[in-house]
Amino acid sequence: MRNRLLLTLGLVATLWTATAEAAVLPDERTDVLYHRYEGDNITIEGPSVLVRKNVGKSVSVSANYYVDMITSASIDVVTTASPYEEERKQGSIGVDYLRGGTMMSFGLTRSSESDFEAETWSLAVSQNLFGDLTTVTIAYSLGDDVVGMSNDETFARDVARQAYGLGISQIFTKNLIMGFNFEAITDEGFLRNPYRSVRYLNDDGATYSYQSERYPNTRTSSAASISGRYYLPYRAAINGQIRGFSDTWGITSMTYELGYTHPWRDFTFSTRLRYYTQDQADFYSDLFPRVDFQNFLARDKELSTFTSTTFRAAVAWDIGTDGFGPFSKARLTAFWDHILFDYENFSDLRVEGVLPGEEPNFTFEADVIQLLFSVWY
Amino acid sequence: MHRKTAHRIARVALALCLVTASSACSNIEPWVKPYERDRLADPIMFLDHDPVSTSYMYHVFESREGARGAEGVVGGGCGCN
Repeated sequence: MRNRLLLTLGLVATLWTATAEAAVLPDERTDVLYHRYEGDNITIEGPSVLVRKNVGKSVSVSANYYVDMITSASIDVVTTASPYEEERKQGSIGVDYLRGGTMMSFGLTRSSESDFEAETWSLAVSQNLFGDLTTVTIAYSLGDDVVGMSNDETFARDVARQAYGLGISQIFTKNLIMGFNFEAITDEGFLRNPYRSVRYLNDDGATYSYQSERYPNTRTSSAASISGRYYLPYRAAINGQIRGFSDTWGITSMTYELGYTHPWRDFTFSTRLRYYTQDQADFYSDLFPRVDFQNFLARDKELSTFTSTTFRAAVAWDIGTDGFGPFSKARLTAFWDHILFDYENFSDLRVEGVLPGEEPNFTFEADVIQLLFSVWY
Repeated sequence: MHRKTAHRIARVALALCLVTASSACSNIEPWVKPYERDRLADPIMFLDHDPVSTSYMYHVFESREGARGAEGVVGGGCGCN
């Protein structure tokens, strides 16, 4: 369930990104994306359509429609529940207002699925300074969600969320631009997945049982990142990012990214390596010693200790740089990301014939495909 | 280990943000002139060339990892087109 809370944060981050390039309105364009995620016996696919258009010389409006069609028989589902299919639809609108060197952005996102409703309002203000060498952005978002259960129509729990962001984009040289980001997020309410369980050792020491997870009702996190992009002498670019994260649940993590972009004729090739490493939440355990072992209990693998490594390859084809039908230009882009998740203390319970706690650690690989068609006007 | 490094990055980023923001009151001559930003205006320098794809990938990672936030790739391009 926590998974679904986070898409709106991503969208807010994208809004923030758009405003961070202030002083000019974003490009007028339409993007049609097909996305597909496949890994751990989960398939999630669907479209995302983003339309952006100027109104006059100082206002840009945008609308996004996004769908996830989910078929899941993941390890969580196989070991403690039943395979399921569901669909989540999300719509968002945004308005950017440019006045001098200041950009103000407003956004509203709503999403709906059978057991989850979410609504997020966002606001960001960007200011260009020093002859447009520096852009300072302040962002805020407020979210209200309702968590339900597909097998209990009377179940409804609220989650309130606020995010505060501060960003600096800085041109250092003719070839180097860097970004600094800080974001604090607070959650309050029902923060766990209502379906997930933890396991604990029975008195016989040879078997285990399940009980529901119990999470704190609040969570506050802070994340900071430094990123940079450098223009190479032969018209190519390298980019990198480092991000640190910690929260009040005891989770700490680091993210490292390194990328390379190389244009050739009407094509642009890019590749990226991303490495993520995380230490577990304080109240996570793969196997608790007994029932009700402590106040808070979690066995969500996203709260465990693990690493993920992602390799990306992408190619973009500029179909019509001098015009494409009624449009000024068009572009077709294909992205492929291959991700390896390697868990350090989350057991693969599908393995039988071993004592509790002696199962091998879980690991899986996922492929993410995106096909994107974009037109500018 | 992670917590110390994360706090260190947070402190550096915050310090840089505050220093840059506070110096907004002074007159600093731009050291990279607008006519020198042709490379920064090249599309290959846009960190977020495709926002709809970037947003989707945030979702992919944040749904499966404990960390969240501050991944917005601020900057890219020269803001001069």
